Amino acid sequence: MPTQDYVPHAPGYVDNDGPKIVTSRFVHEDSHTLERYEATNGYEGLRRALDRTPADVHEEVRDAVVLGRGGAGFPAGVKWGFMPPGKFPYYLVVNGDESEPGTYKDRLLMERDPHQLIEGCLITCYALGLSQCFLYVRGEMPAAQENLAQALNEAYAKGYVGKNIMGTEFSVDITLTWGAGAYIVGEETALIESLEGNRGMPRLKPPFFPAAIGLYGQPTIVNNVETLSNLPWLLVNGSEQYKAFGSEASPGSRMVAVSGHVNRPGVYEIEQGVTTFRDLFYGDNFCRGIRNDNELKMFVPGGGSAPWFFPEQLDLPLEGRTVGAEGSMLGSGAIMVMDETTDAVKAALRLVRFYARESCGKCTPCREGTTWEERILQRILDGEGRPSDIDKLLDIADNISPGPYPVAADPSQGLDAVPFPPKQTTICPLGPSSVAPITSTIRRFRHEYEAKITKRDSIPVMAAPMSSDPVEVG
Amino acid sequence: MSYFTADNLEMAHEIISRYPRKKSALIPLLHLAQEQEGWVTDDAMRQIAELTDTTPAEVKGTGSFYEMFKFHPVGTYMINVCTNLACQLLGGEELLAHAEEALGIKAGGTTADGMFTIEDVECIAACTEAPCLQVNYRYKLRLTTDDLDQLIDDIRNGRATDIPEHGTLGLVRQHIPAGAGAGIVAPEQATERPVWLARNDAAAEGGEA
Repeated sequence: MPTQDYVPHAPGYVDNDGPKIVTSRFVHEDSHTLERYEATNGYEGLRRALDRTPADVHEEVRDAVVLGRGGAGFPAGVKWGFMPPGKFPYYLVVNGDESEPGTYKDRLLMERDPHQLIEGCLITCYALGLSQCFLYVRGEMPAAQENLAQALNEAYAKGYVGKNIMGTEFSVDITLTWGAGAYIVGEETALIESLEGNRGMPRLKPPFFPAAIGLYGQPTIVNNVETLSNLPWLLVNGSEQYKAFGSEASPGSRMVAVSGHVNRPGVYEIEQGVTTFRDLFYGDNFCRGIRNDNELKMFVPGGGSAPWFFPEQLDLPLEGRTVGAEGSMLGSGAIMVMDETTDAVKAALRLVRFYARESCGKCTPCREGTTWEERILQRILDGEGRPSDIDKLLDIADNISPGPYPVAADPSQGLDAVPFPPKQTTICPLGPSSVAPITSTIRRFRHEYEAKITKRDSIPVMAAPMSSDPVEVG
Repeated sequence: MSYFTADNLEMAHEIISRYPRKKSALIPLLHLAQEQEGWVTDDAMRQIAELTDTTPAEVKGTGSFYEMFKFHPVGTYMINVCTNLACQLLGGEELLAHAEEALGIKAGGTTADGMFTIEDVECIAACTEAPCLQVNYRYKLRLTTDDLDQLIDDIRNGRATDIPEHGTLGLVRQHIPAGAGAGIVAPEQATERPVWLARNDAAAEGGEA
């Protein structure tokens, strides 16, 4: 049975001796209260920001290279620079609709340190001249909703949010809003659609990225919860100290959730580009090995959408660039570990079924393709598979995310068929995400597929010859 | 005649006031309706349409996209068992099968007494605590089949007092006190440059001087 020595009031979070940029208050049971927040340097980042010009604050964030923690890993400071000047009002949308399989860090940040997120939002709004902030929290997270609502109410009462913040001319409102159960709403343009009261279907882009045309047609910044939660610390300690953590290309820390067949699964804050997958899975400070001393078979390095990794990739540091060069992504920091007892086909089916269920239906290759992927995988698993099914799966995958696939660093590692970054025939990356589990497992564990295939292909023939006479039945 | 109770109607107006456009309040109001009755009725959608200047068809059009909204009665307690990969690896599917057997229904079904609905759901963001489930979106982590039997027994016998009835999400609501807000207006009325950005001009001029 996996050990369970996390912080009791934050189930899942393991307090190890890594850097503490966003989780510094998690050890306190009352970390979500304003009292604790103020006692631990809370709202100091905002205070310092307000002593500087907005442009200067933006520059500080750009300089620190705060990479987006939602999945794409794009630097926040650069994204902020894409808004057309003068087209007011500008909006901020906070993406707290965390639902990527395996991911949970934003939920803990919202539950355990809501003021830190609110302060991050305020710093962003100040730096960019944003008129209103929308905090979009996943519907299935009532504890996060409650703690954020409580924190906002306290912050409004204390003059941290609203009119004339901290006695200055800076004024901004934060609106807390709940989602209602749709994975695709985590895609930024779908999130904006949802906020406008529509079905959460992604918008066609380019050319209209949210920074140019977003909420209500106005320039809109969409940032992830963890990304914004970094800002208070950054403004207090400065970009130089921030860059002292992590690697040059990926400074700072990031939260990762390691689940599956490890001895001590948990959410850890780690230094980017320093900790390797091997440290994470086997280190005493982290997951302490695979259960029952089993062999590692494969792992998902960055959420359900990421192409899978195998034991050869264990020594890679957790850094967007290096993981990207190996043909996958760190994505949302969700790592799912599978040991030798895992059925590769079954595991692939489970993720594919997720995408089939969550496809919004807007683009045909995704709507139809994911459904067929699921059906074919299911029939292989049920012993109804046919020899042509493997090629058929790859063909469907190719229709959603066309090849020829870029070749990853070393084809012998079995990743050459994995498209990364994915090409897509769809508006958003949901469809292409469904391809990763299939191509990853077929390349590596084709024999497992073949062992399950028991039926033979047959040429379909018509049951009866065509006739102009009506066929009599019975 | 109002579908929403007087209190909820007041809440509805307050929610609407927090958005620059009324239609943005559509999903929050559907949540409010579901909290009132456990599911979203046609009357609720008609009133939401009136409140947000939309049509009932638009309300249902949006609402039906989202899994959490139920347009038919469901159990007082919705048991959502996660079977996504992280949970599957540690017995999520077995947990779901056990729930189905214990309650005599399949995922998606509701018990005859209207007490329980089971759903086979996707990742609920507690992956390191697998297998896990939510009852009315309240987490139950690292569950064994015995724990599940106990949970069902507790709910049946009124001992699960920490779990509100289906439809109720966050119990604390946002409230912006009168006069404390910066002022939420439609985008057409907010085209002025935010005043604090003038600080940039002063710095730029100062730099040139």
